[in-house]
Amino acid sequence: MPGFLSPLIEPGFFSNLPVQTALVVGGVVAVVSGIVGTFTVMRGQSFAGHSLADIGTAGGSAAFVLGISPLFGFVAMNLMAAGVMEWIGIRRPRGRDLATGIVLGAALGLAALFLYLDTTASSTTGATVNVLFGSIFTLPASMVPFIAIFSVVAAAIVLVMYRPLVLTSISADLAIAQGIRVRLVGIGYLVALALAVSLSAVTIGAILSTALLIGPAATALRITNRTGRAAAIAAGIGVVATWLGVLLAYDSYYWFPNGGGWPVSFFVVTLIFLVYLLSQLRFRGRSAAQRRSTAAQAR
Amino acid sequence: MQGRAATGSDEILAIDGISVTLSGREILSDVTFHINAGEFTGLIGSNGAGKTTLLRVILGLISPSAGMVRVEGGLRRQPLIGYVPQRITLDPDMPLRARDLVGLGIDGQRFGLPLPSSTRRKQVDEMLEAVDATRFAESRVGNLSGGEQQRILIAHALISRPRLLLLDEPLANLDIGSEQEVVDLLARIAREQRIGVLISTHDMNPLLPVMDRIVYIANGRIATGTTAEVVSSESLTRLYGVHVDVIHVHDRILVVAGRREEALQHGDTESIVELM
Amino acid sequence: MFSALMLNAWGSASIVAIVAGVVGFFIVLRGSAFAAHALPNGAFAGAAGASLIGVDAIVGLAVFSVLGALTIAGLGRRARHDVATALVIVVMLGLGSLFLSMTTEYAPEIYSLLFGEVLGVSSSELVPIAVIGVVCIAAVFLVYRPLLFSSVMPEVAEARGVGRGRMEVVFLLVVALTTTMAVPVVGALLIFSLLISPAAAARSFTDRPFTAMGLSVVIALGTVWSAIALAYLSNLPIGFFVGSIGAGTYAVGRGWAGWRNRRSRPRMGATGRSPATAQSS
Repeated sequence: MPGFLSPLIEPGFFSNLPVQTALVVGGVVAVVSGIVGTFTVMRGQSFAGHSLADIGTAGGSAAFVLGISPLFGFVAMNLMAAGVMEWIGIRRPRGRDLATGIVLGAALGLAALFLYLDTTASSTTGATVNVLFGSIFTLPASMVPFIAIFSVVAAAIVLVMYRPLVLTSISADLAIAQGIRVRLVGIGYLVALALAVSLSAVTIGAILSTALLIGPAATALRITNRTGRAAAIAAGIGVVATWLGVLLAYDSYYWFPNGGGWPVSFFVVTLIFLVYLLSQLRFRGRSAAQRRSTAAQAR
Repeated sequence: MQGRAATGSDEILAIDGISVTLSGREILSDVTFHINAGEFTGLIGSNGAGKTTLLRVILGLISPSAGMVRVEGGLRRQPLIGYVPQRITLDPDMPLRARDLVGLGIDGQRFGLPLPSSTRRKQVDEMLEAVDATRFAESRVGNLSGGEQQRILIAHALISRPRLLLLDEPLANLDIGSEQEVVDLLARIAREQRIGVLISTHDMNPLLPVMDRIVYIANGRIATGTTAEVVSSESLTRLYGVHVDVIHVHDRILVVAGRREEALQHGDTESIVELM
Repeated sequence: MFSALMLNAWGSASIVAIVAGVVGFFIVLRGSAFAAHALPNGAFAGAAGASLIGVDAIVGLAVFSVLGALTIAGLGRRARHDVATALVIVVMLGLGSLFLSMTTEYAPEIYSLLFGEVLGVSSSELVPIAVIGVVCIAAVFLVYRPLLFSSVMPEVAEARGVGRGRMEVVFLLVVALTTTMAVPVVGALLIFSLLISPAAAARSFTDRPFTAMGLSVVIALGTVWSAIALAYLSNLPIGFFVGSIGAGTYAVGRGWAGWRNRRSRPRMGATGRSPATAQSS
């Protein structure tokens, strides 16, 4: 390690196994979230994207009760939820948000039940926190292959459907006119979203899942108008924010108030939000300049 | 009964040298025309010509970079302008009857709960009768057909007794039958209640029998006058800056740019106008 | 089931249900389900922060939900509304995870903030809950007409002087107030169910806006009461019952609307009744 970095990076950062796992998994999840999230933002489905993370907690807590890995609980629950959302959801955005809300409400009820069973059955009070907030540092290395498989599947679905997906996201009418089966594309996309969100929610927690899905993509779509480029930028922003967040969390072990360090999710969310605000400012600055020049012309 | 004495002259809307620039692009340039009470005016132009922008300027939702808008007459505390926006989507899941939507036109902007009142109810009933909508007054507004919804929206806009009624593409998405019904209804309302009606459309043909004045908009500029004055080859060629032919086919008018043969193959005004 | 201790539970839950029914009507009408989820969920972080600095949880809830409402309204003006809401909820929850990492609260405390503790409401807590509840309902009734107008036809309402942005802020502040009141009683996750499901079910049964609002209150009360009774009898968490009864009523509503539509379709277009029945209604 170069000497000048030593004040920034606490000793042992790169040789620590949980940190290595966190960097790899966090990076993979950030890339998948960036790609999938670009379409989530374009299609106005942020609520569904966020809800799936919360809905998955019902599956995750059920998995705790059954004693299997929460990842499978998340994936199973989310695929089911995505199916129900599509089934009761209507094309109109208002109807779709409501369908999402109904599914979310029911799933949260189930989560309440399973978490209750968890805490009473085994008195592992940590289950609630673990399922809701996840932790990138407590991830067993044995889960990495599964995570890799689900990531590849989610990214592959988006890449295979790329062109029809872009078209349906811009205008369903245009897509229908071109003979695209809009509903099928919608279902395929929801499956990709369900996989990506399960993956991120179980590894880094529900908060970070939404943050990585929406924040980088919304920022990228402010910077560029081209979908492919936006997905790449979103993935990049996500990876940088995640890695910086992991680094800061590792460093914060020695910060106030001497507890067990500050949570990764706090750092990553803050970074992503700041980048989003910056992109807004940039945009606002430009349009103000435009307004001034047109006003001058009018005079 | 619904009518109102005009204050002084009959002129209720005067647009004087309006220019509008939005995000660096000049949408309207030096637009001047006026509308009198009881007059039916068509605002004609292809999609994207600036019709909606002009309507939004009149409503005061966009401020022009130059020029003046003056709306005359009207009593205090009564809105001067009624407005029916373009392609409004009324959600069929919304628990709202046609009658409730019309009622919102009376006092939708006021605070407090709508208390049941017989005068209010009578007012709504009369308005529904006037637009021939009594039949479906109690139906959920989102479940009505396009023509029925259009009539309810017109009733909504008229019930506040405006001096001027603006309608943005009210004929889009209507079948030919309801198209003619809506036009006849508006023409009757304009005459009976001495209201100025300004209706924007990309197809002037349904309006030809009733239009008193035409405002033809293209390239951000307008030509105005009677249909015969404006819709002529010379006048439109001047407005568009390219050669334009005006063709009369039976009772319809086609406006054609460039070569006549090419355009005739297309057969309708909209696609031909958009050739330009 | 109706002991002195339980009376507080019945009372506070009933107040929450009434407010949720009234506010929920507009949430469903405006399609603001996401904001209705984000504010209570994010405000939960405020409660965690409040316990960190040693003030009452309700203060933290109020501060976070009001700031969240204003930020959603502010950011939503320039960007897509759902994106703004998603960012606000993650920022609030991110802060929440920070606060939690600094406190030594036990997990059951978190659980009760998320899933509520109807049975733990004391008589002294009942008063602020009732006061805030009355304020919420009064606020909704005060802006009922402009809010309805702006929700149904935002553009036309704007032309009549009912600003779209202003109504959005007013409405989100009402949701924030509802959040502040309801989270300590039914928890962050359940107030969402109570805001969405009854109102969504109610609109299938009536075509009149005010009746739908009343029906939404009735359904919310029914949901809460049966959930408390079932939770009491089965000893399972109340949240489970609120969630499943909510989804159940919505399904019944959809089924009813579908059945009615199918029945009336042959007479479609002439769905209106005869003028005589119209007059009597």
